[in-house]
Amino acid sequence: MATTETPTKNFLKGGEFIIKESSADSVFIPEDFSEEQNMMAQATTDFIDKEVAPQRERFEQKDYGFTEELMKKAGELGLLGISVPEEYDGLGMGFNTSMLVCDRISGISGSLSTAYGAHTGIGTLPILLYGNEEQRKKYLPKLATGEWMGAYCLTEPGAGSDANSGKTKAELIDDGKNYKINGQKIWISNAGFADVFTVFARIEDDKYLTGFIVEKGTEGMSFGEEENKLGIRASSTRQVFFNDCVIPAENLLGERNGGFKIAMNSLNYGRIKLAVACLDAARRVTTHSVSYANERKQFGTSISSFGAIQQKLAEMTTKTWVAESATYRAGQDIENNIERLLAEGVSPSEAKLKGVEEYAIECALLKVLGSEVGSYVSDEGVQIFGGMGYSADAPMEAAYRDVRIARIYEGTNEINRMHSVAMLLKKALKGELDLMQPAMQVADELMEIPSFDTADYSVLFTEEKEMISKFKKALLMVAGKAVQKYGMDIEDEQELLMNASDMMIEIYATESAVLRAEKLAQTKGEEAAAHQINMAKLYLNNAAENIARSGREAIYSFAEGDEQRMMLMGLKRFSKISNPINLKEVRRSIAAKVIEENKYCF
Amino acid sequence: MKVLVCISHVPDTTSKINFTNNNTEFDKNGVQFVINPYDEFGLTRAVWLKEKQGASVTVLNVGTAETEPTLRKALAIGADEAIRVDAEPTDAFFVAQQIAAVAKEGEYDLIIAGRESIDYNGGQVGGMVAALLKWPFINACVGMEIEGDKASFTREIDGGKEKLSAPLPFVIGGQKGLVEESDLRIPNMRGIMQARKKPLAVKEAVDAEAKTKVGDFAKPEPKGAVTMVDADNMEELVKLLHEKAKVI
Repeated sequence: MATTETPTKNFLKGGEFIIKESSADSVFIPEDFSEEQNMMAQATTDFIDKEVAPQRERFEQKDYGFTEELMKKAGELGLLGISVPEEYDGLGMGFNTSMLVCDRISGISGSLSTAYGAHTGIGTLPILLYGNEEQRKKYLPKLATGEWMGAYCLTEPGAGSDANSGKTKAELIDDGKNYKINGQKIWISNAGFADVFTVFARIEDDKYLTGFIVEKGTEGMSFGEEENKLGIRASSTRQVFFNDCVIPAENLLGERNGGFKIAMNSLNYGRIKLAVACLDAARRVTTHSVSYANERKQFGTSISSFGAIQQKLAEMTTKTWVAESATYRAGQDIENNIERLLAEGVSPSEAKLKGVEEYAIECALLKVLGSEVGSYVSDEGVQIFGGMGYSADAPMEAAYRDVRIARIYEGTNEINRMHSVAMLLKKALKGELDLMQPAMQVADELMEIPSFDTADYSVLFTEEKEMISKFKKALLMVAGKAVQKYGMDIEDEQELLMNASDMMIEIYATESAVLRAEKLAQTKGEEAAAHQINMAKLYLNNAAENIARSGREAIYSFAEGDEQRMMLMGLKRFSKISNPINLKEVRRSIAAKVIEENKYCF
Repeated sequence: MKVLVCISHVPDTTSKINFTNNNTEFDKNGVQFVINPYDEFGLTRAVWLKEKQGASVTVLNVGTAETEPTLRKALAIGADEAIRVDAEPTDAFFVAQQIAAVAKEGEYDLIIAGRESIDYNGGQVGGMVAALLKWPFINACVGMEIEGDKASFTREIDGGKEKLSAPLPFVIGGQKGLVEESDLRIPNMRGIMQARKKPLAVKEAVDAEAKTKVGDFAKPEPKGAVTMVDADNMEELVKLLHEKAKVI
């Protein structure tokens, strides 16, 4: 199962990045992928470029059959069973390999990305993780090979973000032999061509939902029309109705009352997978933008020669690269954690569940980061294309519409932001993460005179690492004081939670970028890693501004007078860069590289 | 039927080509390598022979350890085993002698090479191998059918096609037509995982001399900027051709 030799010297628990530093050799970077993993990624990209790209307009014509056909082909290539164990006809590859394949299959169109994500994620995982042996044997081989397609029915007209409020009912009938399901589900991805549905319903007046497996064709099950959507137009999205739909009692998935847990744990998977699914779209949009900017002539020259365009290309490239650094870093942490649990004798499905759950905070943060980087990049892509960007004849228009859903599904970005902070605080309360001690230290530090020692800034990333540790202090200061003030009522201060979450995202992203560039510099030399070093520095500069702004907003919202003044001074100290770099030159240099290569090339 | 497919390890067609060391060496930095496209048509045809006629397929490369990923990709696509002759492929004659040595030792029934490799485009290896082995050679081969110990071929010639036949063993220089582009295979995930377990033998090179030596390389001059002239403004065009381009 293990695929790479992974450095795991300083193993960080989920959320611990906020209070601990990591070293370059302890993080996984995409350059660490093995030959076999790279070959899988390349095969996936070849599939997209050869079989999908030439016909991509079929997605925009709402050709659901095209999506289904591609999913079947993906099944033949083995792309649907990457993380399904070999005993169920899957490949049994590790977590980060499944991330890599999901990344590469998702870039061409949100329609295919959604179908793939829904099938391999929420369509297959609940059965893999919670199914009993009979259920696994019956469904997993067919799902892993693409013979059957999977879907997942959780959302209802009145139950979206508040999933457990669903009204669909399941009633035990026929002396306990069968369940009768009644209710209505909405926004069901793959509904039009799925064969197996994981359905959540409430038994009697249970506190939580329960999961059930329902096969297509079961009497009492019917479908609404295809939804008209802004984007992902060839992803099948329908309502599913259950009207006295009778299924055998053995189709209950997991435990009674356990459905909400299934739903939530599947979401952890779904979130980090969505983050990775946004990456290749961002790469492709950047590549299209670079090549258009190189070709498009105005005022007698390629528009890529203009600083205003170069600035965009540099930011698009950098944000994409940083999101990639952060996502695969967490992906490998999860894989290592799963391996560790397996080595301790934990059962495979339990190891997969707990392995991901540990990093639920990171999963939520990455979902926001990935989807917002995707949105940013496609928005700037449209801008670089100018009028052509607004035309459906160029690839930007579909990319722009498709990526919009990423900020909505798998938990809206607002829910994920608040959830990430709430989870962090719960970890602290449970004693799993000691935030108190470091927060007190920061409070003490604020009362002291700042140190005037200067470090040796000639060593690569000396200042950047200092800054990352200061960013963490800024977060601990703001969050620490806020918790002091509100206690657990802080969950009602949603704006504040979002500020804190934004700071967490920037910290994780910046740290991942700096450590990746540092690791590359260590292996290839600083000169060969020059562009990556520049991207890490550029991102850090942007992050410093963002952290200062989020921190200020938070401080204004709950602190007053001397306390406010002291905190603002602290925030300044923790977000001010002592040796500013020439951002214009850094951006130009990054842009020059992608312009020369005529593509996203990192 | 034992098929030997020669696989060249070449830069991806979209690679930026640069030279180092006073333009005497190809700069591999940042270049992605692939199976030579002409060889890939041949490899796919060989895999068909395996699937339809029970052939065994061996892929062969003359190169240093860095070419192994390319050989493993060929294994992932469907070859049964791989051989790498551990040597820097200095020139066509050197490579041809290595291939001939492997072919003699392995008693292959046919050798499929590409018409040329897309890196240096020498187009000589296949012919030299055939000469060294005293086997028939069919270059620019766009069709090949084997029945028993006889084979019939179609090859591309100037302005048309030529049909010919030859007994086994033989060497072909293959290209598109042997199979079509849409027949080329993307290795499936299981194939990639199995490739790890298939044999990849590393052989020492036999003593052989290179007959040629590279001097240096030169890239074509970059294209200059284009000046657009209004179709109605002939005078301006003539003036520019005369004064700026200096062609009239």
